[in-house]
Amino acid sequence: MQRGVVITGIGLASSLGEGIETHVAAIAGSTAPVVDATSFAPYPVHPLKVLDLDRQIPKKSDQRQMEPWQRLGVYTAGLALDGAGIKDDVETKSLLQVIVAAGGGERDHAVDGAILTGLRGANAPGAYLNERLMGDLRPTLFLAQLSNLLAGNIGIVHGITGASRTFMGEEQAGVDAIRTAHARIAAGQADIMLVGGSYNAERRDMLLLLELGGYLRKGDFAPVFDREAAPGIITGSASAFLVLESAERAAARGAAIHAKLDKVIAARSKRAPGTVEATLRRLIGNLGPVAPGALAISAATGAAGITAEEASAIATLPQARRIATGDLVGHALEAAFPVLVALAAAALSTGHAQEAVVTGAGHWRGEGAAHLVKA
Amino acid sequence: MSNTQQRSTQHRDARGRPIVAVTGLGIVTSLGQGKDANWEALTSGRSGIHAIERFPTQGLRTTIGGTVDFLFDGPFAAPELSEKLAMLAADEAVGQSGLGQAGDFPGELFMAVPPVEMEWPQKQELAASIEGDVDYDGLLREAATLKHKAMHELFLFGTVADHVADAFGTKGSPISLSTACSSGATAIQMGVEAIRRGDTPAALCIGTDGSIHAEALIRFSLLSALSTQNDPPEGAAKPFSKNRDGFVMGEGAGALVLEDYDHALARGATILGIVAGCGERGDGFHRTRSSPDGKPAILAMQDALADAGLSPDDVDYINAHGTSTPENDKMEAMSCAAVFGERMARLPMSSNKSMIGHTLTAAGAVEAVISFLTIAHGRIPPTINYVTPDPAIALDVVPNVARDAPVRTVLSNSFGFGGQNTSLVLTAEPARS
Repeated sequence: MQRGVVITGIGLASSLGEGIETHVAAIAGSTAPVVDATSFAPYPVHPLKVLDLDRQIPKKSDQRQMEPWQRLGVYTAGLALDGAGIKDDVETKSLLQVIVAAGGGERDHAVDGAILTGLRGANAPGAYLNERLMGDLRPTLFLAQLSNLLAGNIGIVHGITGASRTFMGEEQAGVDAIRTAHARIAAGQADIMLVGGSYNAERRDMLLLLELGGYLRKGDFAPVFDREAAPGIITGSASAFLVLESAERAAARGAAIHAKLDKVIAARSKRAPGTVEATLRRLIGNLGPVAPGALAISAATGAAGITAEEASAIATLPQARRIATGDLVGHALEAAFPVLVALAAAALSTGHAQEAVVTGAGHWRGEGAAHLVKA
Repeated sequence: MSNTQQRSTQHRDARGRPIVAVTGLGIVTSLGQGKDANWEALTSGRSGIHAIERFPTQGLRTTIGGTVDFLFDGPFAAPELSEKLAMLAADEAVGQSGLGQAGDFPGELFMAVPPVEMEWPQKQELAASIEGDVDYDGLLREAATLKHKAMHELFLFGTVADHVADAFGTKGSPISLSTACSSGATAIQMGVEAIRRGDTPAALCIGTDGSIHAEALIRFSLLSALSTQNDPPEGAAKPFSKNRDGFVMGEGAGALVLEDYDHALARGATILGIVAGCGERGDGFHRTRSSPDGKPAILAMQDALADAGLSPDDVDYINAHGTSTPENDKMEAMSCAAVFGERMARLPMSSNKSMIGHTLTAAGAVEAVISFLTIAHGRIPPTINYVTPDPAIALDVVPNVARDAPVRTVLSNSFGFGGQNTSLVLTAEPARS
């Protein structure tokens, strides 16, 4: 039994702002990307446009117990629930299954710096580290740092008592979150799911992880597929959550349908020159027939080599109109693929396309693709 | 084979779904490597908890743990130990299953892995070359020299699963997941779902956790979650006792080869058991505390039984989450009483954590492996350190000494921070009934 899977809720927030219209305007080409090239220089980032958090997270005590990436995710999940018309539907929220693609929590940068400075002159470094951590770590920080606590906070703030699962593993976590949610609904293992991710780019600890591998672009913004001279990722704060639902369930309750999520596939190529292109070509081929002129949105990172390979794979789509999420909102790691699918669904929902193919190759591992059609 | 014969060999569960068999099991804990070593220790009531020697514990309230200290000679980062534990457990499980060829496992990988972040020794390595006070801009400048490139891969969340997928040749995109302390059970549940969907004939499901380092211990300590009864270390984990005062961190890995039952029969594999049902519920009550009414835990257990097509009376033994924290054990006992009624006073329920500590991300998988050993041997590992029973929770915890008993059906519970509640129903091979 394979059931149709449709998107009935889209939550989107990024450096451009929030909501479907804001992001569709960017897809249509009428918005320039928002880039901050100074705060984290030499690394440019796409900073989050400030959200009116009270609108989705009414209790200040809830806001205080979360870090920026969690507040962003909880907020965006709320937008998706609102859009799907299930925010106040207690029965649906008791059935709603959640999959979140998440990274880790934010370090207290000042504490880390002070401890590292002190450790250099400490006579007993182990004892010094213990003393400083016991005194300087906030107990609640631990909770903010657990990857599954974005899902936990979504449950608490929005009153969802269905079960949640958190996927980790950078970009591919986002691909597999959407793939798994789609598969469970298609197979009848779930009827309605909330799936997405959230990424805060405005933190040096994550820049550090990426820069250790030499993956960041320095200097100014340049379009993703035009970075050959100085390749690299420009990260962006962004979140997307989708309400996925079986077509029957959506029809039965008369829900507005943004798009049909036809297929989601993932792969993990053993990286060597050419493998990303070959893998994405295979995935695109496995999506089935795509009409000429489809919208092709890519979550290409901008990283050297694999970005050009992704461009070559996308070029196999006949007369496709190619757009890169990196040119709109930046690269959002775990949230990149959810943002990609949300942008495609928004474009279909507002009549900017009839059909969309989305692709993404993780900066280190993993490739994914999906096919969406107008409902 | 004729079509009729093919149909007659199609086994389905009560809901018409493929049956999910277990054909391989592997385990590593502080008690040792492998099923034999662990089973011998667990049924002897021996504890793997000891004073921590991996890092200085001066100034800490808790100085004990179930660390796995026999795998590395030199220093290592948490993901390296988590990976090693996973590899060893998986190797034992895949070897026992006889499925596929070396480096070519014909199924998908579902892994519960602990959160990863850059650790102090590596940050210190970067800081060593910085003049003056250290800040992240300085660390970034040092990173940009690309002299420390290996740290990038080491501290990516996806790396442990990536390496395991490479080593065993699993198919598809490997899943790295977390549902906090129920992660290991969720990895199994995801394997069950994939096989039931027909996506894969087999799944390698692993829970691993090798993340006892100073900061991890201190974070739990600051939440007052850990036992501080450091002396003697082996007496600290006291699930269901009146004087229980927190959990003891443990390390380990559990691995299970799950396989479509018909696929396993067709290749003549030995069936070790069945994952008959899974249940999971969220708890929107609080970030670290469970709903006082235990409702999500009750529903998770009931869902798992319903998924298995069984009733509470079919359960012979409960492998408890049993962390030894005041709140968990009370909530779990109350929830079990709600599900099993008066029978709860006689239904054996023991906690492996009394001996191996709380293996956190790995716990659900480690304890599922032990549950299948319990079924295979007809012997229930005890809850040790049960000297002062808590009169508020009257239970048969299989106190202190292992007990021989026929066990066909086990309910294994896992509950975690963030409102995660997962229960598994694990049964003997159908042919044994």
